Formats: sequence, structure tokens, C-alpha cells
Amino acid sequence: MDTLALSRLQFAVTSLFHFIFVPLTLGLSILVAYMETRYVRTGDETYLKMAKFWGKLFLINFALGIVTGITMEFQFGMNWAEYSKYVGDIFGAPLAIEATVAFFLESTFIGLWVFGWNRVSKGVHSLSIWLVAIATNLSALWILLANGWMQHPVGYVLRNNRAEMTDFAAMVTNPYGWLKFFHTVLSGYVIAAFFVMGISAYHLLKKTNPDFFKRSFRIASAFGLASSILVFAVGDFHAKEVAKIQPTKFAAMESVWNTKAAADYYLLVVPDTANERNSVEAVGIPRLLSFLAFGEGQAQVQGLKDFPKEGRPPVMPTFLSFRAMVALGTLFVLLSLIAFIISRREGLDSHSKFLKIMLYALPLPYIAGQLGWIVAEVGRQPWIVYGVLKTSDAASKAVSPLQVWASLLGFTLLYGFLAIVDIYLLTRTARKGPDEDISAILKHARVQEV
Amino acid sequence: MEFQVIWFILWAVLWAVYFMLDGFDFGAGMLYRFIAKDETQKRVMLNTIGPVWDGNEVWLITAGGATFAAFPTTYAYMFSYLYSALLLVLFSLIIRGISLEFRGKSESPSWTGRWDTGIFLGSLLPALLFGVAFGNIFQGLPIDAAGYHGSLLYLLNPYGLLTGVLFVLLFLVHGSLWITLKTADTISENAAGIAKKLWIALLVVAVAFLVYTYFATHLYQNYLENPVLLIVPVLAVLSLLATGVFSARGAYLKAFFASCLTIVLVTFTGVIGLYPNLIPSSLDPNYSLTAFNSSSSIYTLKIMTVVALIFVPIVIAYQIWIYRIFRHKTTELDVAAGKGAY
Repeated sequence: MDTLALSRLQFAVTSLFHFIFVPLTLGLSILVAYMETRYVRTGDETYLKMAKFWGKLFLINFALGIVTGITMEFQFGMNWAEYSKYVGDIFGAPLAIEATVAFFLESTFIGLWVFGWNRVSKGVHSLSIWLVAIATNLSALWILLANGWMQHPVGYVLRNNRAEMTDFAAMVTNPYGWLKFFHTVLSGYVIAAFFVMGISAYHLLKKTNPDFFKRSFRIASAFGLASSILVFAVGDFHAKEVAKIQPTKFAAMESVWNTKAAADYYLLVVPDTANERNSVEAVGIPRLLSFLAFGEGQAQVQGLKDFPKEGRPPVMPTFLSFRAMVALGTLFVLLSLIAFIISRREGLDSHSKFLKIMLYALPLPYIAGQLGWIVAEVGRQPWIVYGVLKTSDAASKAVSPLQVWASLLGFTLLYGFLAIVDIYLLTRTARKGPDEDISAILKHARVQEV
Repeated sequence: MEFQVIWFILWAVLWAVYFMLDGFDFGAGMLYRFIAKDETQKRVMLNTIGPVWDGNEVWLITAGGATFAAFPTTYAYMFSYLYSALLLVLFSLIIRGISLEFRGKSESPSWTGRWDTGIFLGSLLPALLFGVAFGNIFQGLPIDAAGYHGSLLYLLNPYGLLTGVLFVLLFLVHGSLWITLKTADTISENAAGIAKKLWIALLVVAVAFLVYTYFATHLYQNYLENPVLLIVPVLAVLSLLATGVFSARGAYLKAFFASCLTIVLVTFTGVIGLYPNLIPSSLDPNYSLTAFNSSSSIYTLKIMTVVALIFVPIVIAYQIWIYRIFRHKTTELDVAAGKGAY
């Protein structure tokens, strides 16, 4: 493999790995902040225990999100020097703003939250986790505006052999970036909700701390229901934006080969990429594809054959990832709805079958998130910046295949090791349940009140 | 003032603040296991950097981000030319972060012992490699029309290594003074003793560095043309001396601030010598990457200036507030009461 292929593989490995940890951070920070606020408002110690227990899991996960994020920033320069040189004038800005506006806030106040239980008042302490929650989401906004620009470049002009920013406001208000932001953070909230529900289900099945985990489950089910419905709704808007702006990606997502007006949607499709057709198209719903793409049953959907072969993304991974993601998304709405209803009645712990399902459903939203990024990034090929710069022109020239082999091997080993340690710590902590000694915190709170 | 000059200065400030802050984390990370008599003392020292190291590290992310946004061509070449060295920095920083967070998750000695090694290497290697990288930038990298002609081994030349050792010693003194200030009794006394010894080594290496710089780099050119600039290296030397004098007198707070100032001024001394280059070419000055030929458009620099003017002061304000909240000394009682998170 050459530097380009290896760099692409390395980027896929490091970014997908990074995105195992980030989405949980996005949602769980909000849940922990909510729990701590409930404690501050009501004085109910169970909420404090909840903030401590879920917070502990949050921190184990958070650490990996942070350290694997540094890789992402370095990698643009290390492996994608030609890209960085060509679009840095506009792409560098949101990354630098992310660090200045969001990452500082997040990393500074996480220190106060972890170490400050006995140093500041209850109110200030809960404020610190809210600031972390806001900052992680703000951080996602700037990163996704940067990615949104790669998907739909706006506010620039090609000048001096590069893309130069001409309209900062256009980049910041890029609808593509905002849709991506909402879709991504909401998917993170679904991950967090299923994470809390899954671990709570485990303890409810074992009948340890039933009150604690019933309440956790209840909070998470409401959060999960709201976010799984919203992520679906935003996903629909997002797909319409893709159909409008990235017709090749949309055609690959749905495996549409021939341009068609009033296109039907087939529930069962088997693409035959070699012959540029679908070998199976079954269970059709009339005009639904046109409607999904443009909100209009008569609209024309462009097929892949309209584009030269070298201008099309790989169809199979884009199509399969998209289908699987949508199927999972539907499942999440269904499961959260049942969870929401059951948890509001008596006897949540008697539904052992459903609790088992929720325990095993824990990894599914993670998979959906990974699939979403495969659709977004593989579907954008052969472009690194849609319509502006090809991925094949973006890799570093000064880097040899041997160097990337070495770094890829290093990342694989290091990340593999981190994954093992992280999963070990998460399962151990999750199994143990809430055993935090909160007496010191309560004592501090009483002293504060006097 | 031109925007490129503003960003050149900001670039220097971001690196200087990063070294000043994460420097004591590196120093403490290298030293704590050698100062500690037992596990409790180790934990006391780790808990002194616990609340702040993460926020300190973001200055590096911001320095990197600012290089990308303001000098994209430099960012692209610096990171791809120094590929292997930066990869090592990256791995070390990942290992340090994880080791700090995970060390306290179990009490078994084999568990903590492994993470101790992680924190040590994750503190030593970045300190050394940042020094090696900057030493090589001060000298210039072998760049010409065909691109870059160096390698990882090439970077480990005598001047690069000397700068690496200088950085390690600066951070060791800095970190031992931090521990002296933030702990009490025997830990503090032991750290102070180490600070005084290491300061002598630092002084020797600093003198060697200043002399070798004259022969290995063109950094003094700018000072010869504008002698008024000499105030910066002179102040750097004076603050280094002050660090030693204050330590000897037992005025450790003053010594620590003098050490902060030393690190900032040493960084400035180098960067002023570089100006207007960000990465000089050692083969042909025409291929040097400067603040002018590698910068973003003026429009982008203006936007970024506004962002920096608004948000950097806010960041500094809340970081100072956090340092104030944790201004107390960490003691064995803190750790025993379960207040220390590490």
C-alpha cells in the first residue's frame, strides 16, 4: 500500500476509535449534570450518589475521548499536509476556535468537578459539570462545522493555489454543518441513554440497588425517547440536504443507478455493483424515495450512472451502512418508547425479558454512530472536500509508506491496549454499582450552609 | 502592526504559556516517584497536578490549532516533516493522560507501578522531544525545492539533543518547585532539595546552550541588528539566576514564579531569534517558511485575531480562578480522606 492508502486506513482507524468515546461524553455529561442539579435542588442524596456513580463511568470514558482527540488534530498536518496547505486558510479556523472556545472550558472545569467536591459550594460544583456539558457540545459544533465545510464548502474562493476564506459567517451558518451537528450530538444522547439504561437493566436484573437504578433508568428513558425521535427527524432533514448538495452520496446511500422521477423506495435491495444495477428490488413503496429525497413524490432522483465512474463513492459500504443505521435508528425509537412507558409504571424490575434486551442493546447505538460516519466519509469519496479537492491529492508528500506503516501499527497496538483497559475498567466499575462514600461531600455541604 | 506579526507573537505566546504550565506537570510527572517514600506520598504529589494538568495541555492543542489557522503551510510542513518525532510526542502524551486518569482506579501495587512508568515516560519523552524539535527549528531544517531531507535520527544531532536536555532540566526544576510549594513537610523539603541540585545542572546546560547557539544557529543575527532586543535573553538569564537565589533562601513562591518567567523568556529568546521564520531552511533561506510566506489570508487572520482577543482573556481569567480554588497545599490528610481523586 502507498502513503495515501495507509493514511486513509489510519484516519479511519483513529477517527472511528475516537468516536467510540466522544458521543457518550456528549450525552452522559448532560445526564450527570441533570442528576447533580436535582441533588442541589432537592437535597435528595440518591441524586448525589447517581451523579457520583455515573460520573465515575463518565470520567473513564472521557479520558480516552480527550487523548484520542489530540491525534485527530496532529494527523491533519502529519498525514494530510497537502490538504492542510490547500484548505488550512478556512479549515484551520474552526479547529483553532474549537480549542480556544470549547476545549479549554471543558478541560479546565472537568478538573474542578473531579477535585472540587470539597472546595466549592454545591451550586458552583454543579455549574462546573454544566460547563463541561456545554463545552463538549460546543466542541462538537466547531468540529462538525469544519466537517460540514468538507461536505459542502461555502464562503471561500480559490486563490493563490489554495482555498481562502471570504465569508466566515457563511461557514458558521452552513446548514449542512448544523444538520450534521444536531444529528451527531443527538446520536450521542441516544448512546448515553442506552448506556445508562443498559447498565441499570443489569443491576435491576440482579436486584442490586433497585431504587437507585429504577430512577436512573427512568431519567435515561425520557432522554433516550426524546433524542431517538429527534435524531430520526433531523436525519430526515439531513438526508434531504445530502440529496440536494451531494447527489452522488445520496445515490450511493440508496443504491440508485438510473435517474428516475417519482422514484419508489424498496425495503429490500441487493446492489450488483459490477453490473451497475440492483439484482433485487422488492417490497416497494410508491414514490417514497422521491419524497424522502426532496419532500415531493414527483421529484427526480439522480442515479449513479449520471456520474462518471471515477466520480462515484464506493456503493456497497455506503449503502449497507446507511440501511443498517436507519434500521437501528428505528429500533432505538421503539425500545426507548417501551422503556419510557414501562419505567413510569410500577414493577419495572419484573420485566426481566425487556431488561435483558436493554442490556444487550447497549452497544447498538455505538454501532449506529460508527455506521453514520462511514456513510458521511466514504459517501463523500472520491472527494476530501466535496467538489474542490480529491482525497488522492491530499496526502503528505514528505511522508514515506514505511513511516505510516509504523504509525498505523503503533496506533493499532496502543489503541487496542487502551480499549482493553477501558472496557475492563468500565465493566468493573459498572458491575460494582454505587459504592461511593459521600459522607465527606455531605459534611462539606452542611458546613457551607451554616 | 501587520497581522502576520501579531500572529507570530501570539504563536510564541501560546508555546511559551504551554511550556510554562505543562512544564511543571512534566517535571512533577518525572520526579514524584523518586521523591516519594510510599504510595500515599506519591498520591499527594499526583493530586497537586490533578486539577490542572488537563487544562494546561489544551495550550498545546491551541498552539497547534493556531499554527493551522494562522500559518497553514507551516503547520502542514512542520507536522509532516517531523512525522516520527511528533508521533512519539503524541503517543507519550496519550500514555501520560491515560496513566494519570487510570492509576488510581485500583490499589494493587502492580497496577499503580505500571501507570507510574507510564506517567514517567509520558512526562520525560514530550519534554525531551519538544526540546529536540525546537532545537532543530532554531538550527533550521534541511529543506529545499525537493522538500525535506531529514529523518528522526537526523533530528537527534548534538544541538537538538542539548536543547532537549535543556527543556528536561527546565521542567524538572519547575516541577520540583511546584511540588515544594504545593505540599508540606517531608515531601516539600525533599522536593526543595532536589530543586536546588537540579538548578545547578540547569545553569550549566543553559550556559552551554547559549554558547552553542552562537555556533549552531543564526538566532543571534536579529539581536545584533536590534541590540535592544537583547533585553529578553538578559532577563531570561536573570530570572534563571533568581530562581536559584530564591530557592537557596527558601522563598519558593518567588522561585517558582522566577522559573515561570525563565521558561517564557527562554521561549521568547528563541522565537525572537527566528523571526520572521517559523521554520528556517538550513540549506537555502529561499525555502524558509516565514510568518509572511506561510500565513493565512489577511481576512482569516483578522477573524482569528477577533476570536483570540475575546476568548484568550476569558480563558486566562477562569484558569486563574481555578488555580486560586486549588491554591492550598495538598497533604496526606487530603488523600486519606478520599478527597484526592488520583
